[in-house]
Amino acid sequence: MSDVSADGATPTRWHRDKPGLGVWEHRGRVAIAGLGHSPVDRRWDGQSLDRTLGAFAAFAATEALEDAGLSLDDVDGVVTCPGPTGDPWAPRPYPGPPYDSEDGLTTVTAEWLTRRLGLPNVDYSVNIREGYYLSGHALGFAAQAVGDGRCNTCLVVYPMGNLPGRYQHSGEMALDRAEGPQQWMMPWGYYLSAGTRLTLVYREYCRKYGKSEDGLAPLATTLRRNGLMVPWGFYANSEPQEITEQDYLESRYIHKPLRMLDCDRPMNGVGAYLVTTADRAQDLRQPPVYVLNHVQVFGKARGQIPSLDEVESWTRLQAEMMWEGSGLGPGDVDIFNAYDGFLTLPQFTVEAFEWHGVKRGEAFDFYAGDISVHGPHPFLSGGGNLGCGRTRTAHHHDSVEQLRGQAGARQVTVRADVAYTGSGAPDLAGGLLLSKHPG
Amino acid sequence: MPYPVPVPDELSRPFWDAVNERRLVLQYCAECERLQYPPQHSCAKCGSSDRLGWREVEGTGHIRTYIVSHDTRIALKQPDQPFNVAVVTLDTDPGITFLSNLPGTPVDEVPVGAAVELTFVEAEPGTLIHEWRVTR
Ligand SMILES: [Zn+2]
Repeated sequence: MSDVSADGATPTRWHRDKPGLGVWEHRGRVAIAGLGHSPVDRRWDGQSLDRTLGAFAAFAATEALEDAGLSLDDVDGVVTCPGPTGDPWAPRPYPGPPYDSEDGLTTVTAEWLTRRLGLPNVDYSVNIREGYYLSGHALGFAAQAVGDGRCNTCLVVYPMGNLPGRYQHSGEMALDRAEGPQQWMMPWGYYLSAGTRLTLVYREYCRKYGKSEDGLAPLATTLRRNGLMVPWGFYANSEPQEITEQDYLESRYIHKPLRMLDCDRPMNGVGAYLVTTADRAQDLRQPPVYVLNHVQVFGKARGQIPSLDEVESWTRLQAEMMWEGSGLGPGDVDIFNAYDGFLTLPQFTVEAFEWHGVKRGEAFDFYAGDISVHGPHPFLSGGGNLGCGRTRTAHHHDSVEQLRGQAGARQVTVRADVAYTGSGAPDLAGGLLLSKHPG
Repeated sequence: MPYPVPVPDELSRPFWDAVNERRLVLQYCAECERLQYPPQHSCAKCGSSDRLGWREVEGTGHIRTYIVSHDTRIALKQPDQPFNVAVVTLDTDPGITFLSNLPGTPVDEVPVGAAVELTFVEAEPGTLIHEWRVTR
């Protein structure tokens, strides 16, 4: 069984993307039962076949199965966002089977992984090709599929690839002519990235609320510190140093006011999850982490560049849908892993969710207080992409680990019963509310 | 400042033809009485294509926000860094926005909120691009 429509697109009927849908019909009946993560390299070196994106996906999946206490034949569903997320390996020569195509090097399809692992019972395979579906969307998709009964035990893998050379500087970016959608952007030096699009909005935010554009410095140091406590994290393993606010403020500009240390760094690494029914999860190795709701936001700006008003309306929508579908409210959420593809993003989300009472325009004041993992407001306790590298998995892994009480050095000292985790910029967000309790 | 040259297609040709005549002509849905930019095959509001036409608009706007590009992915623009990338709202309908390098405005000295007027720059001989200039 596949779940892709005739034109190759993932169907959208699973979306929870508008208000008025009521409590999620599978609230508390679906759980995350296993976690796995590959090592994280800055780039694939082009030679080490045990460190390809495919090898990392197999590693992460195997670890997730062990974590849950499941075997290969228990898996009947595989959901992946195969990528590519960076540049292609070609025209460089392929190393040979199973790496005789981009699959396994710059993409990991469900079929490739099923073959590689030797999963005998998979009859639900989905390759989510839409680039705007990130890991949080894939987890929401899998939770809905399990709740709907399309599969019982679903392996979700999220591969992020990065190769030698400058990330996404090739292709049409290298041309002197601007075709298709580029004709409306490239002539003025603009390209699609949350680092351009939402830095423009970030500046509008600082202006509207009278906040310094240096106000993210405490968040930068905190996320690095949190990330250094993530066993698989890139910085924890490869650049195990904290950064100071001065380091952050002195990092060079990419698109002023966006600095180098506002940007997550592209990585080669894979996270894996096992999503199953709550009934099944209760008999497995780990304490179940129940899914209370999943939501998606597909914000469409009226103009070419979203306005602050639009971004705030999308994050407000995300929060409203999350409360409606889960039956919970701001005071119920203990762990808050807002997406941080860029450091300039999380304030929009935390303010909309009013986590720990943070209202519009107040995030920087909040960051200036105690947001450490062992303090009263452990914000983004997983370190996010900024603290772990751009795998888009730290948010989900930390949320599950905090609720299980297995976050190690990062374990928060406040209550950890309910977690928000998300991925994607505010205009393309996929969020979930997770809980230790099914109801 | 080099500008990558836009390649008109069937949908965008009326727009670029007008730009080359130093006019700003936007898509307009007669059903919704609403302007649209960049052009699309159907109206983003009502979804219809048969009521979509073109309408010339007055070239005045305001600067909403901006960034300064120091490390762009776009090869052709790299030699001229740093440069301004501003968002201009159209006075006729501030929901319509344009990107601009604000020719004539010093780098990183962009007066946010200031009025701008339409201007045109040459991307290559015979091909104009719409740009915006701060009104003094
Ligand atoms: Zn219309």
